[in-house]
Amino acid sequence: MEKNTYDAIVIGSGISGGMAAKELTEKGLKTIMLERGRNVEHVKDYVNANKNPWEFPHRGGKTQQMIEDYPVLSRDYTLNEQNLDFWVKEKESPYVEVKPFDWFRGYQVGGRSLMWGRQSYRLSDYDFEANAKDGIAVDWPIRYKDLAPWYSRVEKFAGISGNRDGLPQLPDGEFMPPMEMNCVEKDVAARIKKNYKDRHMVIGRTANITVGHNNRVACQYRNKCWLGCPFGAYFSTQSASLPAAVATGNLTLRPFSIVTKILYDKDTKRAKGVEVLDAETNQTYEYFAKIIFLNASALNSAWVLMNSATDVWPEGLGSSSGELGHNLMDHHFRAGASGEAEGYDDKYVYGRRANGIYIPRYRNLFGDKRDYIRGFGYQGGAGREGWGREIAEMNIGGEFKDALTEPGKWTMGLTGFGETLPYHDNRAYLDKTKKDKWGLPVLAIDATIRENEQKMRIDMMQDAKEMLEKAGLKNVNTYNGGYNLGGGIHEMGTARMGRDPKTSVLNQHNQVWDAPNVYVTDGAAMTSAACQNPSLTYMALTARAVDHAVGELKKQNI
Amino acid sequence: MNRRDALGRVALIMGGTIIGADYFLTGCSSPSQEKEEKTAKKSPPAAKELKPVLNQEQVAYLNEVGDTILPTTSSPGAKAADVGGFMAVMVRDCYKPADQQIFLKGLTQLEEASKSKNGKGFLESDTAQRTALLTALDAEQKNYAKTKTKEDPNHYFRMIKELTLLGYFTSEVGSTKALRYSPVPGKYDGCVPYKKGDKAWATT
Repeated sequence: MEKNTYDAIVIGSGISGGMAAKELTEKGLKTIMLERGRNVEHVKDYVNANKNPWEFPHRGGKTQQMIEDYPVLSRDYTLNEQNLDFWVKEKESPYVEVKPFDWFRGYQVGGRSLMWGRQSYRLSDYDFEANAKDGIAVDWPIRYKDLAPWYSRVEKFAGISGNRDGLPQLPDGEFMPPMEMNCVEKDVAARIKKNYKDRHMVIGRTANITVGHNNRVACQYRNKCWLGCPFGAYFSTQSASLPAAVATGNLTLRPFSIVTKILYDKDTKRAKGVEVLDAETNQTYEYFAKIIFLNASALNSAWVLMNSATDVWPEGLGSSSGELGHNLMDHHFRAGASGEAEGYDDKYVYGRRANGIYIPRYRNLFGDKRDYIRGFGYQGGAGREGWGREIAEMNIGGEFKDALTEPGKWTMGLTGFGETLPYHDNRAYLDKTKKDKWGLPVLAIDATIRENEQKMRIDMMQDAKEMLEKAGLKNVNTYNGGYNLGGGIHEMGTARMGRDPKTSVLNQHNQVWDAPNVYVTDGAAMTSAACQNPSLTYMALTARAVDHAVGELKKQNI
Repeated sequence: MNRRDALGRVALIMGGTIIGADYFLTGCSSPSQEKEEKTAKKSPPAAKELKPVLNQEQVAYLNEVGDTILPTTSSPGAKAADVGGFMAVMVRDCYKPADQQIFLKGLTQLEEASKSKNGKGFLESDTAQRTALLTALDAEQKNYAKTKTKEDPNHYFRMIKELTLLGYFTSEVGSTKALRYSPVPGKYDGCVPYKKGDKAWATT
């Protein structure tokens, strides 16, 4: 018992768990970080990061065996032989799709911080006030000013490159020098600015460092981030928060540790620790601490809560609100437009920028009013076509081959990332009839986008077409590639923050109302989704919550 | 890879037509196939030992076909990248059984087409005859593609051509000799001068 006691326990080692461990250990707390999957050592375990394209037998394609082993992952580009080891083994960890739900998971130290898209944006008060103004769901218990200093803190640590654009719906942060737009993007940005008062195309703000930082080397423009970066140029648990936590001497990292429940003490009304199932030996262990940070990712954090304190609340810790597992959100995407840019045949690029452009939300802002609420942002970019292009007038032979060795037309594409609303009926719950490899109950997920999102998708296509055409592009085509909830890999909302324990799982400091020494600071905490990529917000919420937790500990409130 | 990259790349590769983030039009993945996978999923069998679909003779034959599609010019041709060997791996590992059959049968069809057009087998034909034959077959598959629905079988020559292009331009020879390859660019410049004849970058 003695040796299994720490000051703090962190459940999960991804973007928010890693940040929790770093903040807790830097404040002097002896902390154990529990990770359900294997260890992945920085650089050493990025086994494919330095391979050339021709060293992959299928050149990155999907084999029939991979499709059989990864039926969910195979729905998207994410199934790729180049980083297969970073994705969950689906047969070991099944889930039930009551409605189609794409759940792309990374069960290893670092979680999905190893493969994330790295786009890093602040939310604004347009987002924090949205639920209250629209009269839906519940109000966020915080506003931008509560989170702003914590955004600054985590941005400075993580290293976010970006431009200060001065837009109220996308607050500026503590940025490293921005990456550059290419010549077509620059001209399109200028034409959008000329044609629209409230629409702006800016360079993406990305967690790739553009100058050396904390022993990490600046981005080398290989654009292979998803294989793990041997330069440590993008923010991940391994490149940034884990080494910082280890340096304090206060961290213990335990891989292969599936937290099956939080141990709840009815008398003190506090959590006292966690139960861990060793994924390799199937042995059960208990760990004890005064503070618990739950950062298992939105759906799995809800799963842990559902399995905890069931003797007090049959539906689990935090279920007294009736909201645990509900309000599941994501960002819907894969709708937009692309076209051809003429007049740039004498221009090309050097290097592979691990970033694109961003058009922040403008719909239902600044007096605009649509037949849906909220809005979307665009990500995209311009580039020249490669050898895969169709050359209609040529078939085969030397002339055909030589034509393909030169770059083709400049094209530019925009893809909307839209806000999904927090519907109570979009939910996940335990299906006790089905078990995973370790005999644990699995989640059933019953969630879908609805009318508001469907209407928004029409604008996501039409607006992109209109902007590209006004910017002078030719042959502009819209597309709607279809979307299942979850496909954005931004699961959120299953243990939302709020002002009232009757309608929310967490309070304004991310404490579980029913167990104030349990903090949930991953996507589960989100009260609304906004349309910005959410990871930076999880990091900021985490740093803020750790500060609160340590203060409460000192005051002996928890 | 993040989604923006994936979508951006597909947009670039397909010249603005988004057809899903796969490298291939045939084989390796298609929506109807995924549906089959989902419904056919029962108890998962262990990893299978895959038998080769193409023999060495067929690999050599496909290298000749590939070398006619992408012959030696100022850079080496497709045979130098062993696209035949690449096709054997892809057809074995990535193609569904139905597509494997189309591909195999396609080799016979190609040979028959050669005999009827040129009066001799493909390997016996000279360069001009080979080129004329494959030009006609490519026109045939392009024509077929115009009315092909998702459910219609794929055209064998489209498979061969796709795999030749993919195998060649992602090979070491193709990446470094036909295209320009920079494993560690070190910087990004979004606007550099380009003049006709300069090679494209091998990866974008």
